[in-house]
Amino acid sequence: MRLINRKPTRPARVALGALPFFLAILAYAIGSAIRRAENPADKLLPSFEAIAAAFSNMAFVADRRTGDYLLWVDTFASLERLAIGMAIAAFLALVLGLLIGVLPIGRALFSPFVSAFSLIPPITVLPILFIVLGLGEAAKIGLVVVGTAPLMIRALGQAILDIPREQIVKAETLGASTWQMTMRVILPQLWPHLIRAVRLGLVPAWIFLISAEAIASTEGLGYRIFLVRRYLAMDVIIPYVLWITLLAYAIDRALALLSKRLFGWAHLAGESL
Amino acid sequence: MSFVTARQIAVSYGDALILERVSLEVQKGAFVTIVGASGCGKSTFLRILLGQEQPSSGHVEIDGHPMAPEPDPERGVVFQKYSVFPHLTVLQNLMLPFELEGSAFLGRVFGARKREARDKAQAMMETIGLAHAAKRFPAQLSGGMQQRLAIGQALLKRPKIMLLDEPFGALDPGTRKDMQALLLELWRETGMTVFMVTHDIQEAFELGTRLLVFDKVRHDPQYPNAYGATVTYDLPLDHGERKKTAAIEAALIQSQTDKA
Repeated sequence: MRLINRKPTRPARVALGALPFFLAILAYAIGSAIRRAENPADKLLPSFEAIAAAFSNMAFVADRRTGDYLLWVDTFASLERLAIGMAIAAFLALVLGLLIGVLPIGRALFSPFVSAFSLIPPITVLPILFIVLGLGEAAKIGLVVVGTAPLMIRALGQAILDIPREQIVKAETLGASTWQMTMRVILPQLWPHLIRAVRLGLVPAWIFLISAEAIASTEGLGYRIFLVRRYLAMDVIIPYVLWITLLAYAIDRALALLSKRLFGWAHLAGESL
Repeated sequence: MSFVTARQIAVSYGDALILERVSLEVQKGAFVTIVGASGCGKSTFLRILLGQEQPSSGHVEIDGHPMAPEPDPERGVVFQKYSVFPHLTVLQNLMLPFELEGSAFLGRVFGARKREARDKAQAMMETIGLAHAAKRFPAQLSGGMQQRLAIGQALLKRPKIMLLDEPFGALDPGTRKDMQALLLELWRETGMTVFMVTHDIQEAFELGTRLLVFDKVRHDPQYPNAYGATVTYDLPLDHGERKKTAAIEAALIQSQTDKA
């Protein structure tokens, strides 16, 4: 049988999926053991026990100076920035995406500007944001918006253009005005695309969030890992990176599930990731 | 007096002339079938009647008035696919025209008016035989059921003219026969004027009261785009006397197989 037609059984699929994770952990364990055999106080590849101890210290022991549980303070601060930033970006994407996708005049007006704007490397805008908005929350949220909105606007505009013209013509023959068509034909078909755009936008959003926090912040996941970097505290950095990854994964899965729940019609054909 | 009048329609895309000198007078209630080779402009002609596309020159009149330059409820349409809304169930697809009518801002109606819209949609579902599939989405319907839904939806606004662009082209022969029967029945009931583009010459002869053949009459082998297609045959069809046109039918089928 050709390789292209060989499908793993369900247990085999789970085992294959777990294998790379297992190998990565194994490689780390071996490397860590070798280094600690030479120097028991090695900081670069700490043991799993040391990582677990540091993580539970961050999560369940109040900070001596502030009395805060740092992991939760950091997580809440970062997620709040991410949520506000993505909400603004999603709103912009919806409004501008509709103007670009539905109206030829809107397309002529906004499409070149959005295309040009999306080519600005967002991180280069950060100093401008810090100068204009100050070092507070607004600049960090602003960077998330600048980094994600343009690509989300373009994705939604394109999604509207991809709606078969036949549907638009059909709606016209059923007496729909432009506004009614937007409300009943285009917008309802756009929601699953908005969720997909948010999922895709979250990838750069995390990058810009961590970057902004690293540069100017007093709490947040990105602030923390760049702070403890000075003490080579790999036992804190590694679990924080895993924690951020877990959060990103959970949000992505939740959004995928939400789309399937709310917009079942959009997931009837084909496979989706 | 003729109901639909086309005068000297010509269409060109850049250098390429698609249609030229298309003039036509169609009586109210006619069932006009349109055949022709691929790329001969028959679908373009249908889009012009629909208002989706504007002719480069010439114009169309409906009932003595110049036609609106965009699609409107006066003309219903069924395409080969994508004619129904994938995010709405069968029932919702059929309620949509009444909801649009009843609410300019939201495009949704509530309470008694919603029940009324549902009743009308329900009646159409019975007519097109989809009552058992009310809650299904188009992606969960077979090709034939999707086209039945498309036809039913297009009829709801009681259009005076129905435009069909190869509506049964993607269906298997058995389903196609059923759909043809349904279409004829609805045409007789409503008295609407039908224009139907098809690849299937037998279908064109069986359904139509009038047959148009689109083809190029002049060819320039050096510059194939120089001349456009026009109406080369315009046959009245009398279903009692199919024998009379049998020779033409056979010749057309022959020329189609030759080209293919």
